[in-house]
Amino acid sequence: VSLSPQLCALMFSWIRASELTFELPDNAKQCFYEDIIIGTKCTLEFQVVTGGHYDVDCRLEDPDGTVLYKEMKKQYDSFTFTASRNGTFKFCFSNEFSTFTHKTVYFDFQVGDDPPLFPNENRVTALTQMESACVSIHEALKSVIDYQTHFRLREAQGRSRAEDLNTRVAFWSIGEAFILLVVSISQVLLLRSFFSDKKTTTTRVGS
Amino acid sequence: MGYVALESLVRMRSFTGSVKMVAVRMQFTLYLVLLLNIYNSFVSALYFHIGETEKKCFIEEIPDETMIIGNYRTQLYDKQKEEYLPATQGLGMFVEVKDPDEKVILSRQYGSEGRFIFTSHTPGEHQICLHSNSSKFALFAGGMLRVHLDIQVGEHTNNYAEIAAKDKLTELQLRVRQLMEQVDQVQKEQNYQRYREERFRQTSESTNQRVLWWSIVQTLILVAIGFWQMRHLKSFFEAKKLV
Repeated sequence: VSLSPQLCALMFSWIRASELTFELPDNAKQCFYEDIIIGTKCTLEFQVVTGGHYDVDCRLEDPDGTVLYKEMKKQYDSFTFTASRNGTFKFCFSNEFSTFTHKTVYFDFQVGDDPPLFPNENRVTALTQMESACVSIHEALKSVIDYQTHFRLREAQGRSRAEDLNTRVAFWSIGEAFILLVVSISQVLLLRSFFSDKKTTTTRVGS
Repeated sequence: MGYVALESLVRMRSFTGSVKMVAVRMQFTLYLVLLLNIYNSFVSALYFHIGETEKKCFIEEIPDETMIIGNYRTQLYDKQKEEYLPATQGLGMFVEVKDPDEKVILSRQYGSEGRFIFTSHTPGEHQICLHSNSSKFALFAGGMLRVHLDIQVGEHTNNYAEIAAKDKLTELQLRVRQLMEQVDQVQKEQNYQRYREERFRQTSESTNQRVLWWSIVQTLILVAIGFWQMRHLKSFFEAKKLV
C-alpha cells in the first residue's frame, strides 16, 4: 500500500479538539488543564445546556497565571487565542454564585492549526483536483457537523426550558386550586366565628 | 465502479518517478508518524483533577448506533517528589456508562490507564461516569488524582490507517471513505434531531393543554366556591335571624 504524506496527514490529525459535556453542581468549580506549545492557535467555546438561568462563570489562565479570559454569568461564548508560551493552560467553570441549581456545561477546546505533519519537501506532487475537492468537502462537512452540534445544544436548552415550564405549570395550577379552596373555606369559617362570638357577648350583656 | 476509475487514476500517477524509493521513505515516515501519534494521544490530552471518592460524570448526547471510544490515563501526586508519577500500580478507575433510560450498558473496572468502547443502541443522553476504586489511595492522604481524558464520538472513532490496510484502499479511496463516514454521521444526527423535535413538540403541546384545562378548572372552582359561599352565608344569617 503506497500511502502519500497527505494521506498520513489525513489519518493522524494533530489538531486536538476536546469537547465534553459535564455536570457542574451548585457552589462548585471545575478546572481543566492542557499542555500547549507556544504559537498554537487555540479556541475555547462553551455553552450552558441546562440549569437555572443557564449561565456560568468562565476563566482562562496561561501558565504564568495571567488571566486571558474572564467572564461572569455568561450563557455562551467563544474565545480564540494564540499560546504565548509553552506550558499548562488552565480554564475553569464556576457555579459558585448559584445556591441550589446545578448546571450542565458543554465546552469545546480546540488546540490546532499546527503546521502540517509532513514538511513540504516530502510531497511528491501537489494535490490533484480530486484530492483537493475531497479536502474541501471534508472541511465543509466538518463545519456542518460543528453547526449540528451547536443546533443540538440550543435545542437541548430549549427543550430543558420547555420541560421546566411544563412541570412548573402543573405544580402551580394544583397549588393554586388548593390554595383557592383553603382560603375560601377558611373565609367562611372565620366569618361565621365573628358572628358566633358577638351573639354570646350580646346575650351576656343583655342579662 | 467509481472506485475502479479512481484506483486506475492513482495507479497512473504513482507510476511516474522513482516509485520504489519514495515508497520506502513513505513507509518509514508512516511508522514514525504512527509512533508519534500514539505518543501524542497519551500525552497532550485534556486533564482534570479528581478526588479520592469523587465521581465525575460526562454526558454525551448521541444518535443511535454511534460508537464512542474513551481513552484515559491517571497520575498520582507523589508528595516526596512533588510531582505527578507517570503510572501507579494498583490504582484503578471504575467506568460506568448509562443509556438514556438509566440502564447500565457498561460497568467495568480498568487499570490506571484504560480504554473503553461502547456503541449506543438508543438515541439520547448517555452518561459516562468515572471514579477511582483504590483503597490503597488512602495512604496518600487527601491527594488528588490527575486524569487525562479523551472521548471520541462517531466518525472520529474510525482508525483510517487500519481501514486503509484492511481494505487495501488508495489515498483517494480513503479520503472518499472518510467523507462517507462523515456524511453518515450527519445523517444520523439529522434523524436524531427529528426525534428530539417531536419530543419537544409533545412537551409544548402538553404544557398548552395543561394551561388550558387548569385555567378552566380554576375558573369553575372560583365560580362554584363563590356560589357556595354566598348560599352558605345567607342560610347562616337567616338561621341567626340577622337577615
